[in-house]
Amino acid sequence: MADLKIDINGLALKNPVLTASGTFGYGTEFEDFIDLSRLGGFIVKGTTLHHREGNPYPRMAETPAGMLNAVGLQNKGVDYFIEHIYPKIKDVKTNILVNVSGSTVSDYMATAEKINELENIPGIELNISCPNVKEGGMAFGTSCASAAEVVKAVRQVYKKHLMVKLSPNVTNIQEIALAVEAAGADSVSLINTLMGMAINAKTRKPVLSTITGGLSGPCVKPIALRMVWQVSKVVKIPVVGLGGITCATDAIEFLLAGASAVQIGTANFIDPAITVKVIDGINSYLEENGFNSVHEIIGLI
Amino acid sequence: MKKLIDFTVKENRQLNHDTFLLVLHSDDMPEIRPGQFVNVKVEHSPSTLLRRPISVHDVDEKEGLLYLFVKIVGQGTANLSTLKAGDKVNVLLPLGNHFSIPESGRCLLIGGGCGVAPMLHLSKVMKSRGLSPVVLIGTRSAKDILRREEYERYATVYYTTEDGSEGEKGFVTDHSILKEKFDYIFCCGPEPMMKAVARYAGKQKINCEVSLENTMACGIGACLCCVTDTKEGHKCVCTEGPVFNINDLKWQI
Repeated sequence: MADLKIDINGLALKNPVLTASGTFGYGTEFEDFIDLSRLGGFIVKGTTLHHREGNPYPRMAETPAGMLNAVGLQNKGVDYFIEHIYPKIKDVKTNILVNVSGSTVSDYMATAEKINELENIPGIELNISCPNVKEGGMAFGTSCASAAEVVKAVRQVYKKHLMVKLSPNVTNIQEIALAVEAAGADSVSLINTLMGMAINAKTRKPVLSTITGGLSGPCVKPIALRMVWQVSKVVKIPVVGLGGITCATDAIEFLLAGASAVQIGTANFIDPAITVKVIDGINSYLEENGFNSVHEIIGLI
Repeated sequence: MKKLIDFTVKENRQLNHDTFLLVLHSDDMPEIRPGQFVNVKVEHSPSTLLRRPISVHDVDEKEGLLYLFVKIVGQGTANLSTLKAGDKVNVLLPLGNHFSIPESGRCLLIGGGCGVAPMLHLSKVMKSRGLSPVVLIGTRSAKDILRREEYERYATVYYTTEDGSEGEKGFVTDHSILKEKFDYIFCCGPEPMMKAVARYAGKQKINCEVSLENTMACGIGACLCCVTDTKEGHKCVCTEGPVFNINDLKWQI
């Protein structure tokens, strides 16, 4: 058994495999298929200060080797999470991170402050990259100044691990990464979905109610790998890589590109037990190739 | 408890030009209730990323058989139609809620197009509980009426066809059986048909459940893609449905 443990700036993971927010519900949806405590951690659904109904149906379009979604951060708000969901998951022996989103800087701060009080939540993932909401979300993550502003503000009230999720819908992702690092992020995760669109030629209408949506799945992997490689070359904080990982080999590619950990997203929809297969696969790869620890392959490229 | 099971294809029978019956076997079959669905993985089809949600047509618990009545609508279902006896197919099941089965009363089960699929399992379970279900099947034409003997084994069956080639001509809501008194209606089919049935049931104050088939990704309530608008807000069709009472939906009918 190779050593899969990894510490990302104070957040101790038993292995480098996390799940991506919005693809893993609150974890409990997957308990029939996997032992949640085997994961390095999981990141729960995007949480906002107030209840959000999300966007109207249709919210999903399957595309070649991918899918577009336009869920729009449907969730019952942070107070509901604290009261009804946190008690059900808090004793799972893994790292549970809450993905925090908002429309204003003060919303982000208020939500982060409430999550800060939860003993068994060691970190948040700040979502400044959701392409499916009209206000906030990606608007914060596409300029260095606004990205830094929200990270700096949340940093003041949030005392634990602050991971910031970056948008790929930018001209230069290295600049945004450097800006959030300077503003106090403990790590960055990338990439969120790429903005895309699907049209039904038969009805001559867009497929999604919101016209555009976020593209994920195997089709985005080469872009995600490139961005993880670019960002890991310039920042000093750990990089968490995601985008189209469907097997252990994909995850290993991200580690080689410079990610210290990975998140599995869309693949959870196709195989709800994929995460543990990826963990086992990383271990086999390390053993077969003579590595004692996962550290030895991070950033080899 | 939901399971991921590798079933073995026992039989793949073509029923007409676009519909086939998949009979799958596993020794590990979980209990499945009428109205529940399964999510089938499609192999060797690069353009098909997601599983295909398919309603359960029939179950043979003793033999460990799962019957899926599948219409070819795209590349994924076309791919499934080529499965051969002995092939393996990975299925996530059982998913979703189920039709409520009343203890007594007269039940009308309405199925349109491939929406007839779950009505076989439902009528079989109803009959085993001492009810005498009536099934109304609506199709375009007589050649689209499939698995007739199976339905007639468990229910009194009536037919409507759009071209009048079998039963009464027209839509299910035109059928004369609707003049009789029913306590419950259960419906599955194209949305315009279900809305017409819901309108009728609403007017007659008949308790009515419909089964929705929104496009979905995960099937287990994680992605929130398949929502329908209800009086309590957006609900996932995959976990809080697919069966909804029409009084809970916000349909404009």
